[in-house]
Amino acid sequence: MDAPYWEHFHHEADIGVRGVGRTLAEAFEQSASAMTAVITELERVRPLIEVPVAVEAPDVEYLLFQWLNELVFLMATRRMLFGRYRVDIAHRRLTGTAWGEPVERPRHRPAVEIKGATLTALEVRRRDDGLWLAQCVVDV
Amino acid sequence: MTVITPTQISENTWRIEPRGEMRVPAILYADHELIEAMDHKVFEQVSNVAALPGIVQAAYAMPDAHWGYGFPIGGVAAFDPDEGGVISAGGVGFDISCGVRTLHTSLSLERIQPVKKRLADELSRSIPAGVGSTGRIHLSAKQMRDMLQRGARWAVEQGYGEEADLERTEEHGYMAGADPTMVSDRAKQRQMNEMGTLGSGNHYLEVQVVTDVYDETVAAGFSLKEGDVVVSIHCGSRGLGHQIGTEFLQSMALSAGRYGIRLPDRELACAPLQSDVGRRYLGAMRAGINCALANRQILTHLTRQVFEAVLPEVDLLLLYDVSHNTCKEESHEVDGHRRRLFVHRKGATRALGPGHRDLPMGLREVGQPVLIGGSMGTGSYILAGTKESETLAFSSSCHGAGRAMSRRAATKRWRGGDVVKELETRGILIRSPSLRGVAEEAPQAYKDVNRVVDAADRAGLSKKVARLEPLVCIKG
Repeated sequence: MDAPYWEHFHHEADIGVRGVGRTLAEAFEQSASAMTAVITELERVRPLIEVPVAVEAPDVEYLLFQWLNELVFLMATRRMLFGRYRVDIAHRRLTGTAWGEPVERPRHRPAVEIKGATLTALEVRRRDDGLWLAQCVVDV
Repeated sequence: MTVITPTQISENTWRIEPRGEMRVPAILYADHELIEAMDHKVFEQVSNVAALPGIVQAAYAMPDAHWGYGFPIGGVAAFDPDEGGVISAGGVGFDISCGVRTLHTSLSLERIQPVKKRLADELSRSIPAGVGSTGRIHLSAKQMRDMLQRGARWAVEQGYGEEADLERTEEHGYMAGADPTMVSDRAKQRQMNEMGTLGSGNHYLEVQVVTDVYDETVAAGFSLKEGDVVVSIHCGSRGLGHQIGTEFLQSMALSAGRYGIRLPDRELACAPLQSDVGRRYLGAMRAGINCALANRQILTHLTRQVFEAVLPEVDLLLLYDVSHNTCKEESHEVDGHRRRLFVHRKGATRALGPGHRDLPMGLREVGQPVLIGGSMGTGSYILAGTKESETLAFSSSCHGAGRAMSRRAATKRWRGGDVVKELETRGILIRSPSLRGVAEEAPQAYKDVNRVVDAADRAGLSKKVARLEPLVCIKG
């Protein structure tokens, strides 16, 4: 598969989200897309509203944990879904933007709500092929 | 990594001897086939739990155990605060105090059949369920604080239910020692629109019929007989609990080193009970328990309103409300001595035996109802706590069927619309805002709940009392 891309991976009770990209930031963006795809089809979410995101963490893996959980928080409190993401990462600090729209159940047909991103199978690293990988299991 | 294999020590009991850093053995309750089918991650996870500081007696896995977060789902572990014992956010789970409550309707199957469809439609209109649903109750800061302190008791005081409900709720309706100031503003913010909502995933509200009674005496004690119609609600502490879980998972993982705890796995994140982080989590987690109890109490009220409108003569009485994601301070006898322990039950149900002083008078003779949720199609069970369960796993039993297949595999195999139709031919009405959600929850995606319950019964963790089959299922 050509990077960047996202995919899901197996967890017995829940589901894993994985983003792969040419840069760390791209892998983070893709992991967020993978998370949206747990809830609904990405193409169904229109990028109508722009929401800024900023998180920081002691290391790059906790940064992924923070990033995804910030999105879970924003989805829950704003009743929104996001379909597009843009991320910048510098010194374990992430600033980014999520584009989306309020949940419309007939159109988005959301399957599940995400309770949180977990530390399970949490991994952020550069693969042997030079691409970046960012993944963890999300609790649904 | 070495492969861990449990040794069978009796028909339904398996043991992993302490090795490496394990302080105590791990004990698994399951029959041969359940053990064969169990993910090896469970053996690894339960062994990791056995290595945590201050663990008492053994780390346990229930018959429905599966791969969880640090702790297996279906895990039980007790810790002694005076021996450096820990509390773990992962050992409680993200959905703090997720649980089941079951209400009697005093109706027979015949009486409900003609109005079943109307009930299904009205319930799906009245019970906020699924992603993006909003409760009708919006709490002020003060109300939020009161709710977090007083749980279902707060809800009853607000007019959601009756005083009698509280006696039939664990902890008499609210968890003492909750500290709302330990719950972050973000967690409270997440709960603003989510009071009185069901959630999604495996959460449900079902109208069910008693299809089998296995123990006439206990069933009579629970006022249950074949053909009776009941309502069961399965949900938890909603966004508030999820946020508490998320926040403390990270702070416990990061502080473990400071407390000299070496984590074999980061997700086992925990803190000594007698530490700042441990105490803060305890206060927040107990507030989360109260949120779940209040939430199920409000949903009960909404359910009663629907029944009153459809069947005005009906009175819905609470049989019991029991949680399966908690950590509770309890008194247990270990090697002849009474000890104050903190018992984690992650995907495991407390199962107090007959005579236990925490049971209300009406249940003290027969034991605590243990409410086991199945899948949409396979049915649920009511079990009763046993005296021997106290010595087996600190009075704990299983909590459900457990998934046999991932969500993704389920959506690849089934279409939600087909699942709904298939169940309808069997007389089960599904109402859900999401067909994909229904496909993910297809009955065949779950393990055989009958086998899980039989193993729990034969192991002595709790005894089978009645089997329930759904008539109506409201899914998130």
